[in-house]
Amino acid sequence: MVKAQITPGAYYDSVSLMIISNAVKKLEGVTEALVGMGTDLNRELNRNNPNLNSPEVEKTTPNDFFVAANVRDEEVWKAVLAKVDEKLNEKKEDAASNYYPATLEGALKIQPDTNMAVISVPGKGGHAYNVAKNCLMHHINVMLFSDNVSIEEEHELKTEAVKRGLLVMGPDCGTAIVNHVPLAFANVVHPGNIGMVCASGTGTQEVSSIIDQLGGGVSQVLGTGGRDLKKDIGGIMFKHCLEALIADPETKVIVLVSKPPYPLVQTEVLKMAKEGKKPTVVCFIGGDPVEIKSMGLIPAVSLEDAARKAVALSKGEEVKTFDGFDASPAEIDAIVNEATKNLAPTQKYMRALYTGGTLCDESMKYLLPTCKRIFSNIPLQDNDKLENKDVSREHTALDFGDDEFTVGRPHPMIDPSLRAERVLKEANDETCAVILVDCVIGYGSHEDPAADLSDAIKKGKEDAKKAGRDVIVVASVCGTEGDPQCLSKTQEKLRNAGAIVMPTNAQACRLVKKIIEKIG
Amino acid sequence: MENRVNVLFTKQIKIVNFGIQSFYNDNKKQGVPSVHVDWKPVAGGNKELESILDDIL
Repeated sequence: MVKAQITPGAYYDSVSLMIISNAVKKLEGVTEALVGMGTDLNRELNRNNPNLNSPEVEKTTPNDFFVAANVRDEEVWKAVLAKVDEKLNEKKEDAASNYYPATLEGALKIQPDTNMAVISVPGKGGHAYNVAKNCLMHHINVMLFSDNVSIEEEHELKTEAVKRGLLVMGPDCGTAIVNHVPLAFANVVHPGNIGMVCASGTGTQEVSSIIDQLGGGVSQVLGTGGRDLKKDIGGIMFKHCLEALIADPETKVIVLVSKPPYPLVQTEVLKMAKEGKKPTVVCFIGGDPVEIKSMGLIPAVSLEDAARKAVALSKGEEVKTFDGFDASPAEIDAIVNEATKNLAPTQKYMRALYTGGTLCDESMKYLLPTCKRIFSNIPLQDNDKLENKDVSREHTALDFGDDEFTVGRPHPMIDPSLRAERVLKEANDETCAVILVDCVIGYGSHEDPAADLSDAIKKGKEDAKKAGRDVIVVASVCGTEGDPQCLSKTQEKLRNAGAIVMPTNAQACRLVKKIIEKIG
Repeated sequence: MENRVNVLFTKQIKIVNFGIQSFYNDNKKQGVPSVHVDWKPVAGGNKELESILDDIL
């Protein structure tokens, strides 16, 4: 039976409500549940779900809070409402003990010298733009986590920011570390002399975390959002940030991270870096190193290589390209032989299941020459777009943080359950030989992202064994020892579940390449 | 002209957070001065009403 309760005039943020939805779905006797505001998106999610499709929800407005669920009986429905109340009360108790002003102007009365805004309100309808614009008018720097901000809005905000000497990091910027404060999704990285400008979220986390693991540290990590180096924005914020790092006395080495920029923008950025005269490592993932070298800058072959080169430069050591393993060739061969010995002849394919978009992109760029085709929701080749994101085909790589997977759900780094379910599904596919996964920790991420993932790995391996085969899981953890979840503890959890844990995403990809070559 | 971002690099970061509350909670855990704004869409997200308000204001 489908039940619904509507409460007009209440507002809660979407991430909190999605987390409550998931808590309700886990209750015994609940087939489906949706807790949210009556937005266009939520009404559509209700309408398109055959297990829900509540007529009451269909009539809601964005000002109405609703709970809808398909439940076994009235008792279960009571339990659903009690669970929602319990979760909302936690929020209310928190709000009662902390005063939260309703406007920026109210916030400035409490903290007049505020200098950074972190904005994650909806981008659609101009909400994020309006909030960001208001902050700029009050001379406050902006980190804009929100997506769905138009190109025109982004261009206007960034032009205004540069005019005022302020930052607009984003839209769709997930990671920054300013004055050693991690913002949104970021890791606890030691202070140091390496400054980074990045148009990539998890790419930034991977490079800064490896810098920390290698004993280096960062001065500033500035994000720009993924569109900044495209033609329409023209690198406005990337160049503004780079200029600041060139002038910053604490920054001795610079690292630039992005997908390959628009060619003219790339030339402008590289020219600026060259004229800055500070050693600069450039990681334009999958990009051509020729122009980078011609400007006297240092190209990196992977995110890990960028971190290694930056740390070597910061310590005055020799700069070498790293495209191998921490382990010896003999150790790697032994791992591959051991891992592949119980595979069945049907098991031929790789399934890369990522919560981090840049890490997924890096894996596809590295593995494509070996795999020939990799089907994906973010394919490198147009023909390789996966028809149905829920059904893998041959070699498949999925970015669970892409829009197709995040409609009505929190980002998989906040709620990793969907990716964990997919690990189990792929382990039960008799054509799947190896599953490649990331696990991103740090502030912003789930408090224990390895928990669901290690349960799925363990169960998946047990299921495969029952079916008379094995399934290989290769994982890497993006994070540091200082992160709340702790790098080594997270690695240990995954290793105990049966995963082969590699030190970095690049090394995990290299191991998967060797496995695919071995099983031919 | 001096890039004023370099002035920011010398200051203590003080944050105002709009939207996802867990970002604010993380700032507080680290002892970073932060204020969370109890943001709601203008006119409760009613686009027609919002546009009328925009015209009036």
